[in-house]
Amino acid sequence: MGKRSVIPYGPQHPVLPEPIHLDLVLEDEKIVDVLPSIGFIHRGLEKLTEKRDFNQMVYVTERVCGICSFGHGYGYCDTVEHIMNIEVPDRAKFLRTIWFELSRLHSHLLWAGLMADAFGFENLFYQCWRVREKVLDVIELTTGGRVIFSVNKVGGVLKDITPEMQKAILEMLDYVEKETKVLEKTFMNDYTVQSRMKGVGVLTKEQAHALGCAGPFARASGIATDMRMRGYAAYGELDMEPIISNDGDCYGRCEVRIGEIYQSIDLIRQAIDKLPDGELAAVVKGNPNGEYFMRIEQPRGEADYYIKGNGTPNLDRMRVRTPTFANLAGLCEVLKGADYADVGILAVTIDPCISCTER
Amino acid sequence: MTATEGKNEIIAIEPGELSVKAMEMKSKGLRLSQACAAWLRKEEKLELSYSFVDDETYDMFNVRISLDNDKRDTEIASISDIFPYAAFYENEMRELFGANIKVINLDLHNKLYRIEEETPFVPKKEGQN
Repeated sequence: MGKRSVIPYGPQHPVLPEPIHLDLVLEDEKIVDVLPSIGFIHRGLEKLTEKRDFNQMVYVTERVCGICSFGHGYGYCDTVEHIMNIEVPDRAKFLRTIWFELSRLHSHLLWAGLMADAFGFENLFYQCWRVREKVLDVIELTTGGRVIFSVNKVGGVLKDITPEMQKAILEMLDYVEKETKVLEKTFMNDYTVQSRMKGVGVLTKEQAHALGCAGPFARASGIATDMRMRGYAAYGELDMEPIISNDGDCYGRCEVRIGEIYQSIDLIRQAIDKLPDGELAAVVKGNPNGEYFMRIEQPRGEADYYIKGNGTPNLDRMRVRTPTFANLAGLCEVLKGADYADVGILAVTIDPCISCTER
Repeated sequence: MTATEGKNEIIAIEPGELSVKAMEMKSKGLRLSQACAAWLRKEEKLELSYSFVDDETYDMFNVRISLDNDKRDTEIASISDIFPYAAFYENEMRELFGANIKVINLDLHNKLYRIEEETPFVPKKEGQN
């Protein structure tokens, strides 16, 4: 047995996009145990339900995260709509789906860039984020915001996507698809990139299930579950199947996310093709009185929302369980047995969002 | 595609039944999706919800423990020996809502979130310091 030492990793570290602290127990260069800790950026957003009414809380939930902001706003609205039995107009459902997939597109490209940065390929990082800019431009064109969309409301959406905007979206999709094919070649075929990802941080299907992993992290281990298959928003009207890999390593996670970029492009095209005419929002009367558990597929994986209303404008409880919260146990597992040099890549491989996690 | 919304049920149980229920869910191959607490201001009740999900059928079973204000200190055995990752959720429920969850396998002693203010955030009971 080699000499054991404990190395603190984070919360501030060049490769960590967000603050998480890991106490790594090492035997020489191998990690034998990990103790994670969070809690550096807890903001108490759920507790704000005591001070903000249920309509204002839409804007609070959008601020749970700067990357999957739209999804949080959507998840919250959909949960309240279930409690209040609101029938959202079909056009609003399709518009929500388009924005949701635009959000996934830019999130996965952001992750690809961070991953490239983590294994030291700065040029690839720049290229990923250059392509992502085009998605952000379209988000700005259709919503007015690049990070926080603020187009959701309880009952529907606040803005429409005009035919001119649809044309701009379709042109952007052609561009992103073409550029992603170039990026994909490097991520999937480059020898140096493969050497940093293949066989690194393997998580079997059984381990992923036993540790409660979610999203692309779980799908890369062969678990074919994707909350979009539940058919919320307009997903029930579109053709899709969960994208999985059976490798269970960093390469497999990358493969799944790149596959999901193409999937999002396809879903947006389908949604624009089938976009119905009609109202943007239903009329909302009264206050939520009841409870509902909702699950949606955020770019980073399954997110759970729980809302309990008491008939007043202020909810009793608004709870968000984010994908990273579910993937922390999986991260600790893949770190065990890994080389110290791979910690950065493995931390990024779950696409961590700690500000989401701590809310 | 064929949408599969799945069941979404709430199952009320007594505090002492949680471990048995968790074992039952695990034996069916279900995954713990989340666990959370809620303080109901009007009724003055603490509710704990453990959500178990089936990844194939998308069914969701929410196991619910309701504790009246005078019984909210009732001891609840952690399920972190059955679902190890429940530890994060249970630390959160104890720190923010004061749920009296015992024997969590990764006990962070009410410091999961490093909050400067005194926790939990539920109102104190009569005579409580």
